[in-house]
Amino acid sequence: MDDIRILAPSDLDTLIAELRERGFRVVGPTLRDETIVTGDIRSASDLPRGIGDIQEAATYRTRQRDDDAYFGFAAPAQSTKPVFFPSEEVVWRGKRDHDQGGHFTAERDTANASPVALLGVRSCDLRAVQIHDQVLAHRQFKDVHYTARRDGTLVIAVACGVPAATCFCASMGTGPRPAATDPQTGQPSYDLLLTEVIDGDTHHFVAEVGTDAGRDIADAVAASKGTAKDQAQAIDITNAAAASQTRAIDRNTVHDVLRASAESSRWEDVANRCLGCTNCTMVCPTCFCTTMSDVSDLAGENAERHRVWDSCFSANFSYIHGGPTRESLKARYRQWITHKLSSWEDQFGMLGCVGCGRCITWCPAGIDITEEAAALGRMSGLGSTASAAST
Amino acid sequence: MTDAATHTHADASAGADTPARPKLAVWKFASCDGCQLTILNCEDELLSIAEAVHIAYFPEATRAVVEGPYELSLVEGSITTPEDVERIHEIRAQSGTLVTIGACATAGGIQALRNWADVDEFRSIVYAHPEYLSTLDTSTPIASHVDVDYELRGCPVDKGQLVEVLAAFLNGRKPRIPTYSVCVECKLKGNVCVPVAHGTPCLGPVTQAGCGALCPTYGRGCYGCFGPQDSANTDSLTRQLAELGMSNDDIVRVYRTFNAGAPEFEAASNKVAAGGAS
Ligand code: SF4
Ligand code: SF4
Ligand code: SF4
Ligand code: SF4
Repeated sequence: MDDIRILAPSDLDTLIAELRERGFRVVGPTLRDETIVTGDIRSASDLPRGIGDIQEAATYRTRQRDDDAYFGFAAPAQSTKPVFFPSEEVVWRGKRDHDQGGHFTAERDTANASPVALLGVRSCDLRAVQIHDQVLAHRQFKDVHYTARRDGTLVIAVACGVPAATCFCASMGTGPRPAATDPQTGQPSYDLLLTEVIDGDTHHFVAEVGTDAGRDIADAVAASKGTAKDQAQAIDITNAAAASQTRAIDRNTVHDVLRASAESSRWEDVANRCLGCTNCTMVCPTCFCTTMSDVSDLAGENAERHRVWDSCFSANFSYIHGGPTRESLKARYRQWITHKLSSWEDQFGMLGCVGCGRCITWCPAGIDITEEAAALGRMSGLGSTASAAST
Repeated sequence: MTDAATHTHADASAGADTPARPKLAVWKFASCDGCQLTILNCEDELLSIAEAVHIAYFPEATRAVVEGPYELSLVEGSITTPEDVERIHEIRAQSGTLVTIGACATAGGIQALRNWADVDEFRSIVYAHPEYLSTLDTSTPIASHVDVDYELRGCPVDKGQLVEVLAAFLNGRKPRIPTYSVCVECKLKGNVCVPVAHGTPCLGPVTQAGCGALCPTYGRGCYGCFGPQDSANTDSLTRQLAELGMSNDDIVRVYRTFNAGAPEFEAASNKVAAGGAS
C-alpha cells in the first residue's frame, strides 16, 4: 500500500522552512514581471497563490483565479534547467606564469554544490531533468559541474490539474502525472508528489511518498495520514488534466516521420516564419547545446574559458572553417525539430521533447512544434491522423 | 584581424628593448561622440588600456597629437561631406588595423535618414546661407569608402565589447563578439520576453546581441541599436509587429532609427513603406 499523506495549505510554510533548515536551496514557481518564473522560494508567500496562466502560441498571460490555488497554472516561463545547467559558467581560469616561461597555468572552476529542493516541479520538467541526467551525467564522460549541482536534489513534484493550451505531455507519455521511477535508471522520480485538491470548501494537498527522504520530510511537517480514496482523487485530477489537453504529437510515428522528411517542402514554409531568434531552444528544458568561449584580459595575463548556452538556430553554431554548415533558417529549423523528435532517440534512447509547450508559447513568431510535426506527418504519409494538432 | 594584429605588433616592437606599445588613434566623423565617451567611461579599464596602448590621437580626451602611422585606429561617425571622404582615405592609409565603432560608423547612424529625404530642401530651410554648406546627399558607413578590419556595433557601443575588441587586438585573437540575436542575451539573463508576456513590440529577434538585452531587462522592447543579427528575418518580424498592433508608419519608424542604413533594416522599412509586409 502506498504511503499517502495529506497536507494543509498552511503546511507549505512549515515544509519550506524545514527544507531550508536542512540546508536546501528551495527552487520553485514565483511571480516576476507578470509572469510565473522558476526562482528561489523562501516562504509560501513567494508562491504564485491564486494566480493562473493563459498560454497560446506567442502569448503568455497570468490571470487571477477565483480560488487560492498555489499551483493552479502550467509550465513556468523557464524550467529548472538553469538550476543545474546555468546559461554561462567558467570552466577554467588561466594565469600567465612568468616563472614558467610565460605559459599559462590553468585552474578548474568548481561548481557551487549546495543541494537543491525542487518544489512544485511539473512532470514534464521532471522528465526533462531525467533526460539531462542521461545526457550529461550517465554517459562515459560526466559533466562534473552538472553532477555536482544535481547531487542530493530533493524532488517535491506537483501533478498538474490545469494544463495550458500549449501543454501536450499526455501524448508524449511524460505527464501530467509523473512516472514513479526514471525509466532509464529505475530510481524513484520524486521524493514527494503533491496533487492540489480544491473542492468546494476543502483545499489540501494529497502527498504521495516516493522515497524515505520524502517520508522523513512528510513526518517532519506532521502531515496527516491519507487513504487510497485520497490517492484515487488525485489520480482523477491528473486524468482529467490529461484529457483536457488539445495539442498532441503521435510519439509512435514521429521518429519515422521526421526521418522521412529531410527533403520536405514544409521547411521552406516554416523558414518564412522562423526568426532565427533561438528562443525555442533557450526555453526548452531538454536543449543542452553550449559553446566554449575563451577570453583574455588586456594585458594577456589572465584567460578564462566560459561555457555558454548556444543554439542550433544561431549561424555560428555550425561554423566550421569557411562558414556555417546550416546557412539557412530552413536547415536550422529542420535540425532542431529532427533532433527533438527523431535523432535524439537514436542518440539517447528516448525522445528529446517532453511536451511542455514552452517552445510554442515563447516563440515570438508562434511556431508550433505540434503543428509542424502534424504537417510533416500528413505530407510524408507516415503520421497517424491522431497526431494532428486540434488547434 | 588576427593577422593584422600580429603584424602591427612586430612593427611596433622593432628595434626596441621592450616591445613598444601599439599606437592608438581615435577619429570622429558625423556622430554624437557617444561612442568616444564610452571609451572614457571605461573607468576601471582605462588605466590598463593606457598601459597597453599608446593613446596617440584622441582629441575628445587630449590635445596632444602624436604623428602617425597608427597600429590601431578606432573610427566613430559616418561619411556625410566631401571632406569626410578624403579624410577617411588618409586615415586608412595611416592605420594598421582600422576598427569602426558604433551605428554611425557601421551603418550611417540616425543621420542616414537623409538618404530618404531631399537634402537641398533641408539645407535651404535650416541655414540662412545654404551656399556656404558643402554636404553629401547621403550618410554612409565607413566601410562604403575604405576597407575596415572590424565593425563594432551599437548606439553607443557597449563598454565591455569595446574592451574585448581591444584585448583581442592586443593578444592577436578573435574578439568574442556574438552576431546572434538579442533574444539569446535576454534568455541567458532569465528575462521575461516582453512581446510574448506583455504584448510589447520588440526588435530583439532581428537585432544583434551586444547590449546585454538592456531594454527588455527593463520591460521595454528592443530598439535595434546593434543593427541586424546575422540571420535577420525581417519579413516575419514585420508580421509580428503588425499583429501586436503597430501601424505601417510605426513599423517603418522602428526600422529607421540608429541603424536605418543597415541593408536589412533599410530593405525591411522600404518594403513596409511600399505597402506592408510580404
Ligand atoms: S521541444 Fe518544445 S514542447 Fe518539447 S520539451 Fe522542448 S520546449 Fe517543451
Ligand atoms: S506539459 Fe504536462 S506536466 Fe508540463 S505543465 Fe503542462 S500539463 Fe503540466
Ligand atoms: S522557431 Fe520560433 S523561437 Fe525558434 S528560432 Fe524560430 S522564431 Fe525563434
Ligand atoms: S524580449 Fe525581445 S529580445 Fe528578449 S527574448 Fe523577447 S523578443 Fe527577444
